[in-house]
Amino acid sequence: MGISNIIFIIVLVGSTAFFAHNVRRILHNIRLGRDENRSDQKAERWKTMIMVALGQSKMTARPIAAILHLFIYVAFIFTQIELIEIIVDGVAGTHRFFAPYLGGLYTFVISLIEVLSFLALIATFAFLSRRNLLKIPRFTKSEMTGWPKLDGNIILYLEFVLVICIFTMNGSDEVLHISEGHGSYGFAISSWMGPAVFGGMEVETLHLLERIGWWGHILVVMAFLCYLPYSKHLHIIWAFPNTYYSKLRPKGQFTNMESVTNEVKLMLDPNADPFAAPAPDADATPQRFGAKDIKDLTWVNILNAYTCTECGRCTSECPANITGKKLSPRKIMMDVRDRAEEIGAGIRKNGIDFEDGKSLLGDYITEEEVWACTSCNACVQACPVNIDPLEIIMDLRRYLVMEESKMPAELAVMNTNIENNQAPWQFSPADRLNWRDEA
Amino acid sequence: MSELKVPTMAEMMSAGENPEILFWVGCAGSFDDRAKKITKAIVKILNNCGVKFAVLGAEESCSGDPAKRAGNEFLFQMQAMMNIQVLDGYEVKKIVTGCPHCFNTLKNEYSELGGNYDVIHHTQLIQDLFESGKLKVEGGQFKGKKITFHDPCYLGRANDVYEAPRSVLQKLDAELVEMKRCRAKGLCCGAGGAQMFKEAEKGDKEINIERTEEALATSPTTIATGCPFCNTMMTDGVKNFNKENDVEVLDIAEMIATAADL
Ligand code: SF4
Ligand code: SF4
Repeated sequence: MGISNIIFIIVLVGSTAFFAHNVRRILHNIRLGRDENRSDQKAERWKTMIMVALGQSKMTARPIAAILHLFIYVAFIFTQIELIEIIVDGVAGTHRFFAPYLGGLYTFVISLIEVLSFLALIATFAFLSRRNLLKIPRFTKSEMTGWPKLDGNIILYLEFVLVICIFTMNGSDEVLHISEGHGSYGFAISSWMGPAVFGGMEVETLHLLERIGWWGHILVVMAFLCYLPYSKHLHIIWAFPNTYYSKLRPKGQFTNMESVTNEVKLMLDPNADPFAAPAPDADATPQRFGAKDIKDLTWVNILNAYTCTECGRCTSECPANITGKKLSPRKIMMDVRDRAEEIGAGIRKNGIDFEDGKSLLGDYITEEEVWACTSCNACVQACPVNIDPLEIIMDLRRYLVMEESKMPAELAVMNTNIENNQAPWQFSPADRLNWRDEA
Repeated sequence: MSELKVPTMAEMMSAGENPEILFWVGCAGSFDDRAKKITKAIVKILNNCGVKFAVLGAEESCSGDPAKRAGNEFLFQMQAMMNIQVLDGYEVKKIVTGCPHCFNTLKNEYSELGGNYDVIHHTQLIQDLFESGKLKVEGGQFKGKKITFHDPCYLGRANDVYEAPRSVLQKLDAELVEMKRCRAKGLCCGAGGAQMFKEAEKGDKEINIERTEEALATSPTTIATGCPFCNTMMTDGVKNFNKENDVEVLDIAEMIATAADL
């Protein structure tokens, strides 16, 4: 085994281990959330996942972006085949290990990868210019400065380098293959691009270029693997469980708070004994009403946050945001993720009772944002990976109202009216049918 | 026009009768002067088609929707359970609502609290009446006119009801024009989530103005709605642009009742 194989194995094992460690960290953060049973309707869930995550069905709302994204997505999936070969070659010291076994199929697969890589390259340029030159509002909102902006660009630069490496590798290899008397590989693009760019070069230079392409390719992939867990690009993984576990009920059906149901039943039941011993399962710490921080949310909410691609489709459809209010559903999701990272790190260091005097509501999300929502579900509808920012917003409201009695004054009046008059306005309940007799 | 016949559940029961459907009027439909007209239009259609219905009258109570969306789950569940007691007391099975918010709440959110009913929105009922041949209209005053329909969030996205209101409007022989944002992409009027009852947060525009602008861009003679709150928001928007003499904001029920000369 040569020194390069050893280096290769070290890089491979190291980056995979680092990735696994990060995934465990994120899973831990997701599990900080409350329980929520989403194990029902398995067939429907599989269907949703296949349609929305694998089939990208919700991307079609914006056709141009959908096609460009599809280029990168499909190229990514097919390049994995080549990647397997690179790993085999890297560990065993072989060269194009699959070629002799697959024959014509091999030529086809690599050709397909070349064509897809080229299309992905076009998409990369289009996306880079869209982000940096076109100044599209959904990429320039206030939550998209700093790291989120850089993150969006880094991946596109990596993509660019990756494609260049693939073509350097295949192109120089093609020229070598011919010069060694084996004829052309016959790959769709490199069979003409190789001779055109690398033709006439020294054999040593070609070997060097081939190795640079090969190592460049695998190093970019491994760098991507290490980088992924710190990036919105993690959606390539979480999109699958996220769509699988997404809400299947009508969008208008909000969660029912069972803890409240029990109390309301007691209040309405004239036979209930208010001093009766609490139910046996009531000895656990009473759950807070609504959500103030990460642990009050459900694990689905937090999974949502890690899945967010920061694409801003939600925010660009949000009536509150469109009309200049502070609320941005994308920011809600980014805040949940950032706070989950913070509290998760603290808990791993200091134990489960870790407090840092901060909270999601207040330090990340303001009351002003929470109250600007019309509960219209436009964000939920727009999200290409079935994220539900509205459920989080509603739980934040519940906390404000039921734990802190904090709400806009007019809503306090509305609540009082409903309590006293059974209507949100101050009319007498006895007058409900007056319209019948009015001309 | 003949007298409205609006029996209450209590009246029907004491007469030993059972209605086929309960008409859930809602708070806006009961108390708001503009929305009361929509309520009456629905009643006229029901009367005209001989639908045996009843209302709860003074026994009806807020569905709890605004309380729930405003974060007050206690109040919502109190309302819901009181309503369920009344509805179950009368053994109600089928309900039609005049408001998408009541529709959504009764249909989706009462079941987990023990209230299971077959709930439809009034545009769905009107569609049924057309399909069964009980209701007929000529285009009447809407014939050839431009109408644009504003999807209420709690009918459309919340419950995927996009076709019923449109198929009813088709009966008017009018030109139905869609706004730029319609159906699943429809823009909220700004009233949902209990916003109806409070000032909006600071921004650079009111939501109903944004939506009305979009509606007016289709140069309609009528903006059709299916929700009393959307109706208020769009009416205010039209007034804001001083267009109230050119553009009417009407509920689909009102349009059908007018076209059918009820
Ligand atoms: S539900 Fe709330 S956050 Fe989502 S789009 Fe509507 S107003 Fe914006
Ligand atoms: S929540 Fe969905 S729509 Fe909004 S930014 Fe994230 S991925 Fe995009």
